[in-house]
Amino acid sequence: MHRLMLLILLSTLAACTSLRGTGDMGVVIERASGSIQIIETTHNQALKRIEGLGDLSHASVVYSRDERFAYVFGRDGGLTKVDLLKGEIAKRVLQSGNSIGGAISQDGRLVAVSNYKPGGVRIFSADSLQLVADIPAVYGDGQQLSKVVGLVDAPDQKFVFSLYDAGEIWLVDVNDPAKPIITQYKNIGKLPYDGLITPDGRYYIAGLFGEDGLALLDLWHPEKGVKRILAKYGKGDQALPVYKMPHLEGWASAGDHLFVPAVGHHEVLVIDKNTWQQVKRIPVHGQPVFVMARPDDRQIWVNFAHPLNDTVQVLDAESLEIIKTLTPGKAVLHMEFTPRGEQVWISVRDADRVDVYDTRTFEKVQSLTMAKPSGIFLTVRAAKIGL
Amino acid sequence: MTMPVCAQDISVARQDELMNLLKQDCGSCHGLTMQGGLGPALTVQALSDKPKDAMVATILNGRPGTPMPPWANQLTEAETRWLVDNLYQGLK
Repeated sequence: MHRLMLLILLSTLAACTSLRGTGDMGVVIERASGSIQIIETTHNQALKRIEGLGDLSHASVVYSRDERFAYVFGRDGGLTKVDLLKGEIAKRVLQSGNSIGGAISQDGRLVAVSNYKPGGVRIFSADSLQLVADIPAVYGDGQQLSKVVGLVDAPDQKFVFSLYDAGEIWLVDVNDPAKPIITQYKNIGKLPYDGLITPDGRYYIAGLFGEDGLALLDLWHPEKGVKRILAKYGKGDQALPVYKMPHLEGWASAGDHLFVPAVGHHEVLVIDKNTWQQVKRIPVHGQPVFVMARPDDRQIWVNFAHPLNDTVQVLDAESLEIIKTLTPGKAVLHMEFTPRGEQVWISVRDADRVDVYDTRTFEKVQSLTMAKPSGIFLTVRAAKIGL
Repeated sequence: MTMPVCAQDISVARQDELMNLLKQDCGSCHGLTMQGGLGPALTVQALSDKPKDAMVATILNGRPGTPMPPWANQLTEAETRWLVDNLYQGLK
């Protein structure tokens, strides 16, 4: 036993000085303290805490294609490039007054940030964080700027995003980053609150807050414009007050079905990707926030809005039934699967914990103390369209 | 008819819960430091020209047509007024 301990100790020490890859690494946002923790999923441990990232009350992360650098988008307009191997901030700029998220281009050379104030998208060199292009989200009489949400990368070196106040989707070609070519789609629906791109990069979908339904853009046929789908999913049911906006980045795509949160309803909507018709409304514990497929698409994991946010439910992608209900603790904010999905990391904000569950047995296998953890982002995202 | 509310009327434990709610849950739209987000800023400066009663009403009843939900099912008027007082004084 002592020998084993010694071996582990020695190998841990050796790991400090030897080369390593980053494919099993990631970051957890500590939203209240402006800090992140670098984690690794082989031994399920936190490696280092990094402070000084500003207001992370809403934060998201994309990765460089070599999976060494994390780009952290903060609420206060901060864009921070973190070196996972050195465990330190490589560069940081305050690029706007108030931002919501970002994306990295297909070729990995550009990082785009979607801003609330001033409303629009700014594009930076992924290497230097120098400003490359500024795209104000002008609408109406040309004097107003819209908040921008749902920014994703798309194939052929494009970005797609939605204008919250304007009800528009913009498709931007950045092959010449100094001269972005913008295609605007107007009247796509009221108050788009987030967007996603399907994992194959073909469909961009914006969720609508101001009305029932979703806006769909087929990027194979952008000339056909934006089409409305599931226009009446609420079917006259009184929508409940929404205490937390759903997030669409994690919309799950499994088999021929898309699984999406129903805004203002305790339901997950299932959509057939061939016909864009609703297949089923699955009653769940609360209003879904994230609806995420395990990487093999067999399970769909769902967390919920305040005040029912102590629970996670797992749906079977085939039977469309709930197969497990877990109660990790108060304020489950995010879930992230390991690259091949044998485990899932779950942040429990008010318990100051990140828990790791086995997705086959649903047993908790690890619990790490973190300060008000929110988003969990693993480097596997580097190789995925839209993440 | 509204009654003045003293902090003593709300237990310390409940005050902690309310402050956590304000920073963490209100903060997901208004920003943890109340600088704004999808929802407007709620800093001392941003609130300076807005009547307190209107703020209390907005929190309790929500604002139709926007994502601001009504909180009357989770907060009493006294608790709401306590939160508003804190916002007008500025969060520490």
